[in-house]
Amino acid sequence: MTGPIGIVALNVFRESVRDKVLYNLVFFAILLMGASYLIGQLTAGQDVKIIKDLGLAATSIFGLFIAVFIGIGLVSKEVEKRSIYSLLAKPIERHHLVVGKYLGLVLTLAVNLGVMAIALFVVLAYLRYVADPNAAAGWDRPALDPRLLEAFLLTFFELAIVTAIAVFFSTFSTPILSAAFTFGFFVAGRFSADLRNFNEVVTSPVSSALTTAIYWMLPNLSQFDVRAQVVHGVPVSATYMAMSGAYALLYITAMIVAATAVFARRDFK
Amino acid sequence: MAGSWGTLRAVIMVALLIGGAAGVQGLHEAAFPPPAPSEDSLYITSGATARRLAVGYAALAADLYWIRTIQYYGGIKLQLDAARTDAQARQVPGADYRLLYPLLDLTTSLDPRFNIAYRFGAIFLAEPYPGGAGRPDLAVKLLEKGLAARPDKWEYMQDIGFVHYWWSQDYTAAAQWFDRASKVEGAPWFLRSLAATTLAEGGDRRSSRLMWQAIRESAEIDWLRSDADRRLEQLDAADFIDQVQADVDRARAAGTPVTSWQELIRARAIRGIPVDPSRTPLELGADGIVRLSPQSPLFPLPQEPKKALPASTP
Repeated sequence: MTGPIGIVALNVFRESVRDKVLYNLVFFAILLMGASYLIGQLTAGQDVKIIKDLGLAATSIFGLFIAVFIGIGLVSKEVEKRSIYSLLAKPIERHHLVVGKYLGLVLTLAVNLGVMAIALFVVLAYLRYVADPNAAAGWDRPALDPRLLEAFLLTFFELAIVTAIAVFFSTFSTPILSAAFTFGFFVAGRFSADLRNFNEVVTSPVSSALTTAIYWMLPNLSQFDVRAQVVHGVPVSATYMAMSGAYALLYITAMIVAATAVFARRDFK
Repeated sequence: MAGSWGTLRAVIMVALLIGGAAGVQGLHEAAFPPPAPSEDSLYITSGATARRLAVGYAALAADLYWIRTIQYYGGIKLQLDAARTDAQARQVPGADYRLLYPLLDLTTSLDPRFNIAYRFGAIFLAEPYPGGAGRPDLAVKLLEKGLAARPDKWEYMQDIGFVHYWWSQDYTAAAQWFDRASKVEGAPWFLRSLAATTLAEGGDRRSSRLMWQAIRESAEIDWLRSDADRRLEQLDAADFIDQVQADVDRARAAGTPVTSWQELIRARAIRGIPVDPSRTPLELGADGIVRLSPQSPLFPLPQEPKKALPASTP
């Protein structure tokens, strides 16, 4: 990564490492190892399914916390600490700063998800190794199922959108409000399918038009949740993945454009 | 050096303080015993609500409910097994397994493809009380819910057939379900003969054996497989007991006293003390009836289904 955006992005990544963000990986590993030991005794032969569910859900939850709590401080922290003055005095455009900050956090998330995926596969390999061959024959999908990577990839897309939303709010709001807004968008995004059906239960055309508009404007995050399907071996088509990826890319771009537009107009005097 | 000594001192102090707090807690609980755990309850009963509250982590929530179901069923079953009298059994909280179906319903609403929850859950529900809830109707309802989610699952159709066969003794319905299962692509060949045998010889020990062999072959987890193995051994034990009983009855007819194995061995009616498939000696009652020993891991033998009436019987 070269150029001002690359430099900012790498600095964000280094800062995350310095801030011990990657320590969450240790918790993730301990959680999986502890769960794999305990769950085998509690679940009547469903340990592999549950470890997969737990691993994928923990990846998403840990990633969400990183995306929100680091994302909301990316820009606002610079303003609060007044380091923004020295940054903007350098040969750097404001949009370089926003895009670089965003890409740096996405890089942190990618490294996190990558390491979590490896940890999950290691635990699953161990479970496969100790499992009785008869029991293994009854699993919906093999323990080391490459399809799990599809769920990881879609989780990454979802987290990239959440990060973009957090960065957008951090350009003009306080960290607490930004966190509240971003979580609000995340929850609403997970339930956006309900809004689509809302016009079937309201009679007012205005309400119907409003909910339809909100539905299309909110991020549709439920499409990125294929964890249950993947664990049960239901195929996720390449077209589905590609369309979800395209949606994520467009939504992220929209958020970053909005963020840079707001940030460009901010007066720091 | 001074720094590491300081750290060590802090670690020792923290350990001592936490140990002290645990000691005080122990004394507190001894002086003021904590209240007994209240009867299990479900705060959420609607699957749709649970799905919403799970905010996209429905599969993980289903796992948690599944673990809770296992704990609930296992906990009550263990307490009922330990109860020596009916009065003691009635004292077991929630002894009627009233939360079993709601828990299974929630689990399968959160994850409609949770295969084992349907198959295991149906066993827990159908098994007669106190081994299970004694609700074959709910077992069928649960499996039909599974079929609605995965209409190609011949295993669920087979299991519905088993519930009808064992617990409702509706051999016609059982045969229909086996037949339906046999028509699903990928279903094993034995389902077709199972349908025919059930209709012709429902309640017969031979068809029971065929049934447990079928369960054994389609079992997806060890528990189901070993349960089927145990049932097959129980059928072997029942066959063997019939055989020994016939020897005893013959000896009695010949005038030999049949109050102990030793008398029968001396009269050369049998070669030695007969043992069941688990190598536990059978018992001979003073009434001359051969029984499985309560010490046998196969005890008690299941009640055999009622024999199907011949088709020509009015």
